[in-house]
Amino acid sequence: MRTVYNKIDQITGNVVSLKAKDVAYEDLAVIEGERGVSLAQVIRINRDQVYLQVFAGTKGISNRDQVRFLGHSMEISFSENLMGRIFNGSGVPRDDRSPLSENMIEIGAPSVNPVKRIMPSRMIRTGIPMIDIFNSLVESQKLPIFSIPGEPYNTLLARIALQAEADIIVFGGMGLKYDDYLFFRNTFEKGGVMHRSIMFAHTAADPVVECLLVPDMVLAVAENFAVQHSKKVLVLLTDMTAFSDALKEISIIMEQIPSNRGYPGDLYSQLARRYEKAVDFEGRGSVTTLAVTTMPGDDVTHPVPDNTGYITEGQFYLRRGWIEPFGSLSRLKQLVNGKTRDDHRSIMTACIQLYAKCKEAREKQAMGFVMSSWDKKLLGYGKRFEQEMMDLKVNISLEKALDRCWQIMAEFFEPQEIGITEKLINQYWPKKNV
Amino acid sequence: MSEISGKIIAIYGNMVTAEVDSKVKQNAVAYCCKSRDGIKLKSEIIRLRGNEADMQVFESTRGLMVGDTVEITEDLVSVEVGPGILMQIYDGLQNPLPQLAEECGFFLKSGVYSPPLSESKKWHFTPLVKPGDKVQAAHHLGWVPEGIFQHKILVPPYLSGEWKVQEIAKEGNYTIRERMAILVNEKGDQKEITMSFKWPVKIPMKGYAQRLLPSEPLVTQQRVMDTMFPICKGGTYCIPGPFGAGKTVLQQITSRYAEIDVVVVAACGERAGEVVETLREFPHLQDPKTGKPLMERTIIICNTSSMPVAAREASVYTAITLAEYYRLMGLHVLLLADSTSRWAQALREMSGRLEEIPGEEAFPAYLESVIANFYERAALVKLYNGQTSSVTIGGTVSPAGGNFEEPVTQATLKVVGAFHGLSRARADARRFPSIDPLDSWSKYTGAVLPDKVPSARQILVRGNEVSQMMTVVGEEGTSIQDFVLYLKAEFFDRVYLQQNAYNEVDQACSLSRQEYVFSALLGILQKEFSFESKDQARKFFFQLQSLVLNWNEAAWQSDSFKEIEGKIKELLK
Repeated sequence: MRTVYNKIDQITGNVVSLKAKDVAYEDLAVIEGERGVSLAQVIRINRDQVYLQVFAGTKGISNRDQVRFLGHSMEISFSENLMGRIFNGSGVPRDDRSPLSENMIEIGAPSVNPVKRIMPSRMIRTGIPMIDIFNSLVESQKLPIFSIPGEPYNTLLARIALQAEADIIVFGGMGLKYDDYLFFRNTFEKGGVMHRSIMFAHTAADPVVECLLVPDMVLAVAENFAVQHSKKVLVLLTDMTAFSDALKEISIIMEQIPSNRGYPGDLYSQLARRYEKAVDFEGRGSVTTLAVTTMPGDDVTHPVPDNTGYITEGQFYLRRGWIEPFGSLSRLKQLVNGKTRDDHRSIMTACIQLYAKCKEAREKQAMGFVMSSWDKKLLGYGKRFEQEMMDLKVNISLEKALDRCWQIMAEFFEPQEIGITEKLINQYWPKKNV
Repeated sequence: MSEISGKIIAIYGNMVTAEVDSKVKQNAVAYCCKSRDGIKLKSEIIRLRGNEADMQVFESTRGLMVGDTVEITEDLVSVEVGPGILMQIYDGLQNPLPQLAEECGFFLKSGVYSPPLSESKKWHFTPLVKPGDKVQAAHHLGWVPEGIFQHKILVPPYLSGEWKVQEIAKEGNYTIRERMAILVNEKGDQKEITMSFKWPVKIPMKGYAQRLLPSEPLVTQQRVMDTMFPICKGGTYCIPGPFGAGKTVLQQITSRYAEIDVVVVAACGERAGEVVETLREFPHLQDPKTGKPLMERTIIICNTSSMPVAAREASVYTAITLAEYYRLMGLHVLLLADSTSRWAQALREMSGRLEEIPGEEAFPAYLESVIANFYERAALVKLYNGQTSSVTIGGTVSPAGGNFEEPVTQATLKVVGAFHGLSRARADARRFPSIDPLDSWSKYTGAVLPDKVPSARQILVRGNEVSQMMTVVGEEGTSIQDFVLYLKAEFFDRVYLQQNAYNEVDQACSLSRQEYVFSALLGILQKEFSFESKDQARKFFFQLQSLVLNWNEAAWQSDSFKEIEGKIKELLK
């Protein structure tokens, strides 16, 4: 029988401290009081003084509440039974079904040995041309979606979940609006992917620090499905800025010296430890991570997007409702887009260059200059390109999207104007109906 | 060895405090023994106060308890040096990662350590001294073949004074644990020498006759570096840049094409994926100088961002110590550290846990001196046998928000000999390598027409002025002379400073080719042109540019090289 402690010495923010013995670092504890039961984790031990981070927050906790240590760190049940289930930020079921307790696994386990990694080589098709053609998503890639708060990033994430080629989807919501949580749940159910999805949802109404465990639980589950069951797992996280803000809160309460805009000095390491879980396991499955990072004030030099950019393999910028072609980058696309169709790379370059020229023409137009016939072609092209390729509602296969690019270009330009080699033009240039 | 033990009294992140009663050395290695599962975690003592020792643990401290035992050793955090380091892939504490993978599979496991050098492999030893010879620290006792090099067996640099060789092993095959020599000094002390020895990473490995001024250029085959902002063997340089500016690609290219004997790649707190590229490609890439796989001249120290932070701090020192060891063999070594900012962040994390008074952006106040001490370990030296050898350090810096005013960039700039600043604007415009030709500088003298470089730079500066002016007054308001200057600057930037890393020929540009092309281009830059209109001027430079770009992609002195050169001359008539 484990000792039960009845005296909490100090409650500050979401941290409580008490005197206890035989407690290990990062162990879990259960605090029971009038308000119910909440989970807590050891975040500092100084002689017999133990500091606990209370996931459900400390509101209503009294200094006479009971504290019981569980003798292990955070664990989560791992089995096929997880499929279709929804949990909250502490790993408690959110779907009125019974909790799972078989085959408990550790979360936040050590990193993959770099020499066991392999070069990513398989593309994940999403049916979204702006991703498939221009910034292909690659298995085992980690990519953030940089977005200002008003953009439809959750809609995009849900669409990727429905359309991407993946065996299992593990979703982690942090600081989600309750509406957004319902939106994801309904979309997954209606889209028929719920049976192969696992959701961990922390909503904005839940205590802030409860979201700290979400990425670790999500990634532990994902990693085990990839290694043990050789599954192709797609991890979706939204929003990593909320996660970072929770880190900030705890570090300030623990009187750590903040480094940049209040964020702790180890923000980079904290984020990297999670993002680096995206791995292609040789001979087994893989983990691919897409994570929304909202940029406060559309400022990419804000510590969260800035540190993220140094960690991830590219980024998608979501602006004005579509994936911005400039600035968005998939660092791994070169590894896969040579193997799809021989015109993929040329189309990728040509379309973006023409679109860039179209933007210049628009600027000229805005300043009141006379539009030349070439400018008019560009303007027409740009409009069609935005409507038929960039719009996030477009859902077509890569091949169809490439064909559509040819058609749009053929409508406005002569073959020699688009800067693609003759060989490809001869093969793909749409024959005009005479 | 007598082991001292203590008891853990506090745990906070990866910092553990223990109570000890006996003699403890600063920076000594200690092991925290988890009573729960018996796993021992390696750590380093970083502060002593009364009988409390603060330690940074190189692994996750999850599961440690107050009251757990700490075993404290006599050794400082060290590396073991000897034959077999080349081609290896180590973590920050010199554990060979391939061995760990064999033992533990996909994931690293805490508390699992592996000896850095093979103890069973036999090396063919050839003595260089005979009994009765007088030797001192860092003298060569003999050599074994290691890949393409003669790996010298050294008198360990920690031995001071003069020693006499009493016994030396005959030519033959030995393991690193066998006795190779017995040395005695005047006092009659005897030392048994094996092929390997341990060296504490935070203490520079000296053992050379004297330090020299770096003067011989280190050729990287990247035009903008070799011509405009050269680096020297034994010098230092830094590459700060925002994310996406191509720091790592630049480091990778340098590690491939630099004309140097040994390359130490220290992947410190960066993406694991990038190391994988090096790991998977280097064994298949050929070193143009020797025809052997590049891997044979490479040592990789790999402590990527998700590996324990404290080991990240050690990894940079591990790398420099291995580089210094190979320097004592008469080799020229290049250390590429990517990225020193992550290393500085590791220092910051620890400093925060130690509750030290912070400096700017919470970095510790001693940040500058730590960075300076690290870069000062680079040097061109003369060995006792008269050979010169060197360690060159090239470190990337990842400034927060791409702002060079931050403490790590500034501290680094104070101590390096060359600054290759990468700019986001250039990277966005796909101008690679994105080294900013206006902001960067080098204190070294290059090998490519150093007298002429300032005039080329002058044109870049003035071209930039014109281009800024043009954004205000438009093309119409610019005189044709100024406009031509602008075109010249753009032209030189496009065809010389930029280099196509994906083109087989253009990715590496030899020194003689650089001299030839640079002087040809200089002729163009200094030539007076008279154009009737700006459009004509623009058209002319476009034509010239596309010719020179093709020229860059033609093999040096090949037929097509000469043919294109003819066309260029024709156009210039």
